[in-house]
Amino acid sequence: MEHRTAILRGCRIAAHGALFALLGAFVSACAGSANPTQTINDPDEADNRQIHEFNKSVDTAVLRPASRAYAVLPDPVERGINNFADNLDLPGETLNSLLQGRPGAAVGNAARFVVNTTIGIGGLFDPAHAMGIEGRNTDFGETLYIWGANEGVYGEVPFLGPRTERDLVGDVVDVALNPLRLIVPSGVRTAGRAAEVGSILGDRARYSETIDSVLYESADSYSQTRLLYLQNRRFELGQTGGADDAYIDPYAIDPYEDFDAQ
Amino acid sequence: MPNDLPFDLRPSRRTVTMGLAAGVAAALLPWRAQALDTGTARALVVEAVAQVNRTINSGKSEGQMYADFERLFSRYADVPAIARTALGVAARSASRQEISAFTQAYQGYIARKYGKRFREFIGSEIKVIDARPMKSAVEVISTAYLRNENPFEVRWHVSDRSGRPAFFNIIIEGVNMLASERAEVGALLDRNRGSIPALTEQLRRAS
Repeated sequence: MEHRTAILRGCRIAAHGALFALLGAFVSACAGSANPTQTINDPDEADNRQIHEFNKSVDTAVLRPASRAYAVLPDPVERGINNFADNLDLPGETLNSLLQGRPGAAVGNAARFVVNTTIGIGGLFDPAHAMGIEGRNTDFGETLYIWGANEGVYGEVPFLGPRTERDLVGDVVDVALNPLRLIVPSGVRTAGRAAEVGSILGDRARYSETIDSVLYESADSYSQTRLLYLQNRRFELGQTGGADDAYIDPYAIDPYEDFDAQ
Repeated sequence: MPNDLPFDLRPSRRTVTMGLAAGVAAALLPWRAQALDTGTARALVVEAVAQVNRTINSGKSEGQMYADFERLFSRYADVPAIARTALGVAARSASRQEISAFTQAYQGYIARKYGKRFREFIGSEIKVIDARPMKSAVEVISTAYLRNENPFEVRWHVSDRSGRPAFFNIIIEGVNMLASERAEVGALLDRNRGSIPALTEQLRRAS
């Protein structure tokens, strides 16, 4: 099938890209280069579009129906599963906060882990939040950004969806360097993976209207996905070229002149 | 920015000069930054949100709500500017009638497309927290509180270059509505082989 070759090619590009981005991360960390903020760098668009169609078919066949079944669970149960999955992310987020030079966030994430694992019964509950202990959601993709790595090319990864090269490397490193491997027994890790799946299904159900409108109701779901992912990820990272970055002036002769400066 | 209208002309000036100056100013008006103040822009957003909430909580039928949303959209947003921007370069070669028919159809399409998501906003609250001048508009910064969700940031770009204060863009957690709309309308236009009348017809029928 055509899909399969595209996916294989996609994987190859992803692997190649990952290596490249990692190298690039260190090179540009030294060079300290800045990133253009509104550009879309998608040289393998034709292949990516095929992977997008594949991912969409996975959503149609598996993810969407499974998420509907999952949403039948009572809310408190779902929340418990989410809490459990989120809690297991905290050691990695603590490490990333440290690598980013954010000691406050590292302390917050570590404290949340300790409190929720003990008082919160293995992370099923989130008493830390009620106690006002706030952490900071993060990942190695953000760490790479802080270190000055370039975003790299955009693409879709089979089963994972939209990613920039930098964030794909981040995902790989987050899995490989997860400190959880050292501190929790393997049974808990298995439960953690199950909870992770549950929380993905829960998210798919919770944001179903938004996701459906992008994937199934837009005229070009590929470009809508790309736009949404890049804009939101850049927003999360604070990767903006200035406060007026999002400004499109519809009263100018060419409204996208500044915005699209590619 | 100083007000460019000749309101401060001394009464000793001849009315002819005044009339002439006013005429020139009126001709230039759409092209001038009118220095919309942040207070007015804030008030516009607060009012628009309150009106939308009123419709959502009114218990009206969906059809009636869509009509309300369309009316509110045309009152608080600069729909012609949004429609023109969504159309992109294609707008340049289109006739005035084509643009106006497109704008009309687009207005209803937007009201239905975003209006059908109204359930997500039941019991929600949008709090305006700040406003600041931008290049030639005002950015109103607000936080949205939806049920079962972490609060998120919504930014509104407001201008009075249409002759009245109106918003022309909404940015939700970095996601730019005008940019998404342009991508979407561009793709729809491609499907209609670049024909704006065909696109207009499709938008009119789209639920």
